[in-house]
Amino acid sequence: MIGNFPYITVIIYIGCGIYILMFQKNLIKLAIGINLIENGINLFLITLGFKKGAVAPIYTQAPSGQSMVLPTPQALTLTSIVIGIATTALILSMAMMIYKHYGSIEVNEVRRLRG
Amino acid sequence: MNLLNHTPILILALPLLAAFLIPIIGKINKKATGIFATLVLGLSLILTIILAVKILSVGPQIYVFGAKSPLLTLPSSLKFPIRIMFQVDAMGIFMGLITALVSFLGAIYSLAFIDKKDGLDSYYSLLLLLTVSMFGMEFTGDLFNFFVFLEIASMASVSLICYRGTDLGEPVEAGFKYMVVSSIAALMVLFAIGIFYGEYDVLNIAAIASVIKYSQLDKIALGILVSVLAMKAGAVPMHMWTPDAYSEAPAPITMILVAASQASLYAIFRVVFSLYNITLNTLAVGWIIIIFGLLSMFIGVTMAIIQKDIKRLMAYHAISQTGYMLLGVGVGLAVLANPTALQRYGITAMEGGIFHIMNHAMYKGLLFLTAGALFFRTGTRDLNKMGGLAHYMKYTTIFFIIGAAAIAGLPPFNGFASKLLIYESVYKFNPLLSIIAMVVSILTLASFVKVFHSAFLGPKLPQFIEVKEVPRSMVFAMAVLSFIIIFFGLFPDLIVKNLVHPAVMSLIEQFKYTSTVLGGM
Repeated sequence: MIGNFPYITVIIYIGCGIYILMFQKNLIKLAIGINLIENGINLFLITLGFKKGAVAPIYTQAPSGQSMVLPTPQALTLTSIVIGIATTALILSMAMMIYKHYGSIEVNEVRRLRG
Repeated sequence: MNLLNHTPILILALPLLAAFLIPIIGKINKKATGIFATLVLGLSLILTIILAVKILSVGPQIYVFGAKSPLLTLPSSLKFPIRIMFQVDAMGIFMGLITALVSFLGAIYSLAFIDKKDGLDSYYSLLLLLTVSMFGMEFTGDLFNFFVFLEIASMASVSLICYRGTDLGEPVEAGFKYMVVSSIAALMVLFAIGIFYGEYDVLNIAAIASVIKYSQLDKIALGILVSVLAMKAGAVPMHMWTPDAYSEAPAPITMILVAASQASLYAIFRVVFSLYNITLNTLAVGWIIIIFGLLSMFIGVTMAIIQKDIKRLMAYHAISQTGYMLLGVGVGLAVLANPTALQRYGITAMEGGIFHIMNHAMYKGLLFLTAGALFFRTGTRDLNKMGGLAHYMKYTTIFFIIGAAAIAGLPPFNGFASKLLIYESVYKFNPLLSIIAMVVSILTLASFVKVFHSAFLGPKLPQFIEVKEVPRSMVFAMAVLSFIIIFFGLFPDLIVKNLVHPAVMSLIEQFKYTSTVLGGM
């Protein structure tokens, strides 16, 4: 049961993120929602590679016979964190531009494109 | 060292390198950036054609990164590939040809169209990055690599949609919408990849396909992948970003965005055919895709009829035409487990759907370019304010007629060829679907007659007295597309037999896809 806790945390993270995206009206909060989903998924990837009692996957320094955690999910997570930073920066900069043109970052008021 | 073995990576590496060289070139000469980008994309197009000839005559090509030889898929004594690799088969190169052609013509068109001086270097940098990411999505044989390219594609296209955002608010609004949609889509794709990795410990598509079991987790992953990729492809009911993004982006970018959406569409087909194939419940999943297609066709075209903004109208038609592709391929998927039905009409339906991808990229690209030409000279996209433009812009009028006739499926043009394949084969599967497809086609024609009438016909208007034909580079890009449309319309057999049929067979025959990597396991 206790081994499943990380997965439950993942679900809570992603659920919170989707809730924010669906019900919040502020563009900055939308960016936070996307970040929460991303953190949940990063946690999910890391958890997949975890082994109890294993050491870091550095081949030359590991004691012989000791099991190691999987290195691939860590590489995936690092890549995904870097991509996430770029996404967040882009979203926030666009929110800034929207504020410059519309004078507001509320979804209800940023609505010139219709139909 | 044989350079020809390295073509798959060179197609990506050259534009990628050029994308980072362009800011430096821009420091010296702003005008040179556009010419440089065009040259690099032209080189990339030539390499794609070379690769296509090789694939269609020899077979699928593999490129493994970091190995001693680019063809070494399985390092000694390993059962599964551990390295990232490109795996280009007939379907991948079919999409690659579309990408190469569309981005090359887009760059040529941009030479005259983008007249704003500042930001010219970043425009071409991002255009090249977008092209690279589309190639990557189409060529890669690794799921995580696909996710990375998907993210690059969304970031590059969002920045390009916002290109006019320094002066206007609307492009940024459209870009924000697209960014939210595409980051959720990419994150959910990553979640599905995590599920696959947790279950099978590999990330290579072929390796997963050889062991996939269609367990409960696989069903969840399939649901996530199909729905979010359909969202990226702009299928109804997840289409809300499409009209905004397509209408606010500069016209050549819209043309490339259409191809980028189709790269996501390609990913759906790759997932259901190469990854799952007959392990999944083909009838149910096939019908889900058919229903996506029907909704897209019908809702897309009905929304298009009431539009007044010319690019927004065309964007709704893009949604509607995506429905035809989903319909054709969905019918093929629904009968995948039934060999007699597959032979009788399944393969033809898929040929129609896949052929329509290329045709759509060509005529929709042409239509968006003509809309861009109108906007370039008149400064408006509102159909009510236009009129009598046929007096001033003769070439553009002819190109528009060709594009409109092709999208409506009139005989001597390419839209007719692929739509006829779809009508015929889908009628054998379920007559009602075929009838709906024909009705949608008629509505498409009606709406383009309206555009033609209100933009081009009528007396000369006083406010457009200064309007003249667009510059030569724009005419050239449109002329090439018109030529391709007519050529495909006159000789559809040639294309279907040599390009489309191998692509369809490479989707249907899953063992060929897996055995190129795993060596007949």
